[in-house]
Amino acid sequence: MELTSPLDFVKRSVLAVQDYTHLSLRSLSNMFRKPFYMADAIQQADLIGVGSLPIVVLTGMFTGIVLALNTSKTLEQFGSLSLTGRLVSFSMVRELGPVLTSLMVAGRNSSGMASELGSMKVTEQIDAMRALGTDPFKKLVTPRVVATVFMMFFLTIISDLVGLVGGWIISFSMLGLDSTQYWNSAYQVLKYNDVITGLVKPLVFGFIIATVGCYYGMTTKGGTQGVGRSTTQAVVVASVLILFVDAVLTQLFITLS
Amino acid sequence: MFEEDKSIDTVHKAIIFEDVSIAFEDSPVLDGVSFELRRGETKVVLGVAGSGKSTILKLCLGLLRPDRGRIYVLGHDVTTMSEEELFDLRSKVGIVFQESALFDSLTVRDNVAFRLMEEHLPESEVEKRVRESLSFVELEEAIDKFPAELSGGMRRRVGIARAIITQPEVLLYDSPTGGLDPITSTTIIELIMKQRDVFKTSALMVTHRLQDGFTLAGHYYDPASKHMKPSDGKPSLDIRTSFMILREGKAVFEGSAHELGQVQDPYIKEYIS
Repeated sequence: MELTSPLDFVKRSVLAVQDYTHLSLRSLSNMFRKPFYMADAIQQADLIGVGSLPIVVLTGMFTGIVLALNTSKTLEQFGSLSLTGRLVSFSMVRELGPVLTSLMVAGRNSSGMASELGSMKVTEQIDAMRALGTDPFKKLVTPRVVATVFMMFFLTIISDLVGLVGGWIISFSMLGLDSTQYWNSAYQVLKYNDVITGLVKPLVFGFIIATVGCYYGMTTKGGTQGVGRSTTQAVVVASVLILFVDAVLTQLFITLS
Repeated sequence: MFEEDKSIDTVHKAIIFEDVSIAFEDSPVLDGVSFELRRGETKVVLGVAGSGKSTILKLCLGLLRPDRGRIYVLGHDVTTMSEEELFDLRSKVGIVFQESALFDSLTVRDNVAFRLMEEHLPESEVEKRVRESLSFVELEEAIDKFPAELSGGMRRRVGIARAIITQPEVLLYDSPTGGLDPITSTTIIELIMKQRDVFKTSALMVTHRLQDGFTLAGHYYDPASKHMKPSDGKPSLDIRTSFMILREGKAVFEGSAHELGQVQDPYIKEYIS
């Protein structure tokens, strides 16, 4: 294997950041320029949103269950078992709902976008599209970005709700808590700031999932091996970026509140 | 909308390359290439693998940008045009890719109709023109199939149907017979000849198969028999086919089939022998 000089590595990294920024900005500006590929966006929304529903529901449900089980042990020691609903609700809505949903969707869809667009790239289908007078950024990238951002918002809400239901099932059936008490405490703990934090995050994460997936797809080189490499990199980079941006956003919302 | 360069002779010339150079990762691919493609002419670009043949086609469409030189396509300097402006120009130029580059998730119908659907033409009009185009390449029966269900030759024919559906002014063929058996190759060359003789479309055909070029130069398409026939040097037939040979990024020969046969350069003599 050929060794890369540190200077080449830095140059390549800066170029990659520049290309990614360019793709991201272009995907945004294309939303306001004709032609609009509404049918493609709806198709992608179906693939990304409806297709991710089972995995998001399961993730939300088990996270809620595990949260209730784990926190109940500690709360019981202080005689505060009735606070289980609060803890599940706060954790799900503010943090775990958006982050875990995004990580699951990133695993499923960033990889899907990178492999689909990557295959098109290595088989010259992207060049063919350009040669046929169609902008692949408008036709392929923008609909995926729009669909992912839009669907992530609703998927996160569903994940939060299902997580709360999971916590309720444990609280009601295993901890012997009253249903009304659980839902009341779960509702009352949430402030506007928590809800807004929990709903803004998935929008940003959705943008990261789609742009990273599309970036790696559109820059694929090296045949089928290159497609595999792009797919893996897309999932890794999207996941790490989601966790990093989550930390930044969390601090930002704390400062703002 | 882009402006046409008035100083360029677009009446007689479809493509002009002026001292074009391009390098990938510091290794030169084209080095000062200049040539012209006249209207109605088919130019066969020959050369060994890696001599820069396919790069010429991508440069014509603005899919790549040269490091130096000017490229005029239908009077427009593609080296200075933005991607947005190029999309308009590309609708007047058709290309058949080396491996067909069909959209594998679309049927043959949708592949061929791609450009028309992008222009939002009525469904009935699209269907009519798709069938016309597929009938030109004698592949109407494959209309509902997916590319994966087609043979290599059939895919190449669908690629031609997709390229000609808008009746472009210029056609670019990237190794249209590469990897095909001799019978299928002849069918493809016959289709290119049909497009040249029936529609008088200007074309650049990149290939490493010398016999494809000589078949094109020595035959004409006979609409009555629907097959190609030898021209036997009849001047009335006006078969405008010329040759260009690339060697290590430079154009080492440009001329007719007859001139190619007379050339004394040892490299070219060895190439055509």
